[in-house]
Amino acid sequence: MTPGGWIVMILSVGSVTIAFLWCVFKVLTTPHETEKMHGFDRPTPDENEP
Amino acid sequence: MGVILAVAGSAVGLGNFLRFPGQAAEYGGGAFMIAYFVSLLVLGLPICWAEWTMGRYGGLRGLHSAPGVLMACTGRPAGKYLGAIGIVIPVVIYMYYVVIESWCLGYAVNFLAGNMHFTTPAEAGAFFEKMIGVGGDGSAVGFGLSYAGTFLGIVFVLNFILIYRGVSKGIEWFCNIAMPALVIIAIIVLFRVLTLGTPDAAQPERNVLNGLGFMWNPEKVLLEKNGPEGWQPEERLIGNAAVATAQAKATADPAYRVRSVGLLNQLSNPQLWLAAAGQIFFSLSVGFGVILTYASYLRKNDDVVLSGASATSANEFCEVALGGLITIPAGVAFLGVSGVAGMASTFGLGFNVLPLVFSEMPAGRWFGCLFFFLLFLAAITSSISMLQPGIAFLEETLEIGRKQSVALLGFITAVGCGFVFYFSAGLKALDTLDFWVGTFLIFLLATIQIIVFGWVMGVRKGLAEASVGATFRIPAWIGFVMKYISPAFLLLVFSMWVTVNVLGIRLGGGPSQVSGYVKDLFLQPNLVAWMSIALAAAFTIFVLLLCARARAYRHMTGEDRS
Repeated sequence: MTPGGWIVMILSVGSVTIAFLWCVFKVLTTPHETEKMHGFDRPTPDENEP
Repeated sequence: MGVILAVAGSAVGLGNFLRFPGQAAEYGGGAFMIAYFVSLLVLGLPICWAEWTMGRYGGLRGLHSAPGVLMACTGRPAGKYLGAIGIVIPVVIYMYYVVIESWCLGYAVNFLAGNMHFTTPAEAGAFFEKMIGVGGDGSAVGFGLSYAGTFLGIVFVLNFILIYRGVSKGIEWFCNIAMPALVIIAIIVLFRVLTLGTPDAAQPERNVLNGLGFMWNPEKVLLEKNGPEGWQPEERLIGNAAVATAQAKATADPAYRVRSVGLLNQLSNPQLWLAAAGQIFFSLSVGFGVILTYASYLRKNDDVVLSGASATSANEFCEVALGGLITIPAGVAFLGVSGVAGMASTFGLGFNVLPLVFSEMPAGRWFGCLFFFLLFLAAITSSISMLQPGIAFLEETLEIGRKQSVALLGFITAVGCGFVFYFSAGLKALDTLDFWVGTFLIFLLATIQIIVFGWVMGVRKGLAEASVGATFRIPAWIGFVMKYISPAFLLLVFSMWVTVNVLGIRLGGGPSQVSGYVKDLFLQPNLVAWMSIALAAAFTIFVLLLCARARAYRHMTGEDRS
């Protein structure tokens, strides 16, 4: 592992970790945010058809 | 915290733990990672936001599939034909994704049965190759724990039972329990990998530090051999000992030389950029048509900006900080640099390497079982999300109910899965579809979407639309990126790829770099590769015909035209 490799690794892993933690912080500290956020977990309206 | 897990759970899948390490290994590690992060910033996040925004925009106008959404966003009926790609991609990817999903289940069950304690890489490789039938077409067909056929049947039926009955509760359970468990186990495995050291003292160059070097070093040192086609790379060298040995070999034999390939030189290969962008799109589900469909069910005041950012960051954390740091360093420690670089299939690396890691762990049998089972569950949530665009499309175009739509899609995907599963020799069908649909078509749809967002819908209107209900606004400079940088970047990579990797034109006097996937079709035609393309083309024609005749796409409201 060269010094360049260490730099690329630390910057890459550090940046994605910080970005993820920032998003967690933002969701937890914004009132009512959990009601407005979605992934692909949302039930689709056609699931309710008989 | 549940909502974060829900978003993360839907984003994490096989792309993070299996496809990403395979791609990084195939394209040489460090340079791939640079291209990967540039693609994430310039393409992944901007297009992700564009897709969430366009999906909600189309959904508020009553359209829930990619053709309808793109028709609404372009304001032109012809937009539906562009959106047809957004149906072809998830359905065709599903055809091979579910096959890999069955390998995960097969590995979990075999760990449970105690069949997975390997002492050499050759044993692990032989088990994998027998199970998936890489030795010959049809050789994975069979019943028993060592045949993928057993598990494919279970997985395929399970997917359709879940989608038929509605999936909300199952996904909620997965996200709240299985997703954190998967991350915790991945962290434990990561710790074990980073403390592996040198598993085989007789081969000191096979160690974790060299594995990290393979993954992250921006420069590449190659041992090259002079042959009829000029200097061709023979081996990648990592570590001082390997370089010294190779230099001694080159000094003794003038047919060899050691050459250092700089970062810029590696980045001049357009196929690397195409693969890096393709991986970003694949793992973020961007350019799939999936986000368009799910975003179309959102309410007007739902937050598309933080939803997109959270899905992206959770996915990248699992991919780069967990998936990438586990599989490649472990691969180099057990298989050596040449073993990792020479892995035949993108998805194969993890299946060859991870059982060896678990064999080195206390209670490895149980950790292995749990890890592959949780990976299987993560894959199920992703594969189910791939079916929804097709279901919504069939409902819209054929004016049928969900259950009929699920049945029809089940038949289509069963044919495709059977094809990919049967033609398993060298994984030619799977790899061909993964490149032409899972990389190339995704790249094409992403390009179409960002051009529609930036130039047809308009960046100002698009950003205003995105900001409705958002906790924070998308920065204005991202708007500039969406309008100018992303499309220009995509078109440049595409034109360079055609020039270098399709037409074989040499840039800078280097060796010809015609893509193996192009060779399979035109230079050294391969029947299975052509049949794979024919399968995807037949389904594309079917989708286009449905787009043309659908009543739902024949009229647009006045608001759509504005």
